[in-house]
Amino acid sequence: MSRVLRIENIRPVQHGEPSQALTSVLVADGQIALIGDQARHGEADQVIDGGGQWLLPGLIDLNCHLGEPGPDRRGTIATETLAAARGGFTRVCAVPETSPVNDSSAVTHLIRDLAAQSGRVHVLPVGAMTRGLGGEHLSDMVGLSSAGCVALGNGGRPLRDARVLRRCMAYAHTFGIRLFVQPENAVLAADGCAHDGALAARMGLPGIPAVAETTAVSELLLLAEETGVRLHLGPLSCARSVALVRAAKAQGLAVTADVTMHHLVYTDQVITGFDGRYHVRPPLREESDRQALLRGVEDGVIDAICSQHRPQDHAAKQAPFAATEAGLSTLETTLSLGLQLVAQGQLSRTALLRGLCQGPAEVLSEPVPELAAGRVADLFLLDAQAQWAVSEETLLSTGKQAPALGERLPGVVSMTMVGGQIVYRAAD
Amino acid sequence: MADSNRQLQLTADGELKHFLSLEGLDRALLTRILDTADSFIEVGERSIKKVPLLRGRTLVNLFFESSTRTRSTFELAAKRLSADVLNLDISTSATSKGETLSDTLLNLEAMASDMFVIRHAQSGAAHFIARHVTPGVAIINAGDGRHAHPTQAMLDALTIRQHKGSFSGLKVGIVGDVQHSRVARSQIQALNTLGVAEVRLIAPDTLLPTAPESMGVSVHARMEEGLKDLDVIIMLRLQRERMEGALLPSEREFYRLYGLTREKLALAHPRALVMHPGPINRGVEIESAVADGPQSVILNQVTNGIAVRMAVMSMAMSGQLAERQGQLGRASR
Repeated sequence: MSRVLRIENIRPVQHGEPSQALTSVLVADGQIALIGDQARHGEADQVIDGGGQWLLPGLIDLNCHLGEPGPDRRGTIATETLAAARGGFTRVCAVPETSPVNDSSAVTHLIRDLAAQSGRVHVLPVGAMTRGLGGEHLSDMVGLSSAGCVALGNGGRPLRDARVLRRCMAYAHTFGIRLFVQPENAVLAADGCAHDGALAARMGLPGIPAVAETTAVSELLLLAEETGVRLHLGPLSCARSVALVRAAKAQGLAVTADVTMHHLVYTDQVITGFDGRYHVRPPLREESDRQALLRGVEDGVIDAICSQHRPQDHAAKQAPFAATEAGLSTLETTLSLGLQLVAQGQLSRTALLRGLCQGPAEVLSEPVPELAAGRVADLFLLDAQAQWAVSEETLLSTGKQAPALGERLPGVVSMTMVGGQIVYRAAD
Repeated sequence: MADSNRQLQLTADGELKHFLSLEGLDRALLTRILDTADSFIEVGERSIKKVPLLRGRTLVNLFFESSTRTRSTFELAAKRLSADVLNLDISTSATSKGETLSDTLLNLEAMASDMFVIRHAQSGAAHFIARHVTPGVAIINAGDGRHAHPTQAMLDALTIRQHKGSFSGLKVGIVGDVQHSRVARSQIQALNTLGVAEVRLIAPDTLLPTAPESMGVSVHARMEEGLKDLDVIIMLRLQRERMEGALLPSEREFYRLYGLTREKLALAHPRALVMHPGPINRGVEIESAVADGPQSVILNQVTNGIAVRMAVMSMAMSGQLAERQGQLGRASR
């Protein structure tokens, strides 16, 4: 009755390790019907030769801007979820800083409708925890959750009022709502646009000191402890923030955290010459911070690696550094940059894949994705040996302001499947 | 940083084609700018103060921040080089109507300008424009945010060389609000590249940039210590808004701690030069008697500003022409 698809000659990746032996998987009714030797035989309507590539469960992104609703020059749910599929992601959390802000169930429904019509991958809306992300009035938190928001957050806007923050947490806790908060002390960050270190000082760029993040992390952890809310912090950018989260977890606080792939790969040195492309928020910091973030991912203190995908058009970066808009298009390069870190011995493959898949699933309290019979067929095929050239022409995202432009990165996603449907196939 | 900056402002043969910041420029080039400026000083002493080096060229003074002194010395410098000069005070015009910086520039380029002198409140503005301007058009940075003010630093260096003969062995102190000062950042680079013995910053922590030692300076919080044996004292202008930003308690306390008075000046070398990029706040960072005293070279700095700007403009224009001819030459081969 339903179509049966067999993918042959694949190496399933479990716990970060691809299997040595080649095997097959059978997909039917949107699920993995069989995996392993039993799947080699039996009727199939369609057969795909995996050619020895790796098969992985789909990646999950906790922090991604899809450009919609909003001015369409920055991308749409159709274009950006295609970019997500190309990057191996099958679930992406859509941040609340859309236009209009996702602070009402109407906007949440709009996002879900658009995703149902034109999305290639699952879109999980994150709502605004305060009205208009203004930080003054609570949003209709329960209404947003009922409409399908998987979490509520501050959308990267600093929270100026600790009293509002405390009440957001207490109210969210009452109804078991998860909060995603990007920690930044607005007053200390002030008009900063780059890491407050030697480089920004020399360039005369107003700095965002590390304490703008660490004091916010401390405050958030103390408030979370008091209110009992399920708090997810991120993206983190400094070594001291990792230490604070580590200590809080050691004391048994139910807090989780993420970091972006660009903070694991780059330091503030890339803004040399006033390259506005790498204007991101939180800012890229120093090598000691990057090392601490990598260690945090390696030992699981940082639960997830996110893309912080922010498609920007050319004009957004056409200005002197501080006047450019923050953000990079990253959905397509996140996994590849991670594989490069693995190849360079900076991160284990297990930690990379945990950060991109199991970790975010746990943050969302979802079952950990696995390649097993009976599980939903959200998966992708990866040619881990192949390389691709990152360029404005090769990127599918509408935003061409991406990291690693002009470089060749390892890891080509050749096919992505969501609910048993092929949503992306690389052109051969 | 140094490499990319060098690439952006020098031709393949190492000639100046833009003048954006001193980062990555070597001592030989800075010395050549000073030597060229020296040769232009004589022009200012003639009854007919003109040379035809930029005849037929159009220079646009593009000031996104208001400035009287810097703009008028650039204007005078350009006129003494026989250029046609257009002064645009953009702080009150196009950009307030929402036009982007690059659009403003495209419009002005359409007027066939050969050189833009740019002042802008954003650090990196001159770099941004240099990267996007039509090839062949020279960009001179007249101050960008807190980043750089390279012609000011070079005119200070010229003033020091005139009075001290050379840079070797000199101890130079920079006093006051270094954190917000593009002048100080460029001065530190100029002085270190030209080979002074020591650059000292004299300021409280709230007025220092992050990690000042990484700029090749030593730091003194106490002015009495910092002034000891100085050959040159550069006072920076203190903006009133620093009081509002909670960086300083009061002007009075600042003056008591960091104001250059006759008593404090006596702690430096007896022949120490007193400099100030202007405009000065008498009684805030400097005592009038010191500003007008025998050790002050503040007005020399202004005169030298014209010569240095003539030097930089003529060198950048010839660098652009050389590059254009080089490209034509390569194309015809």
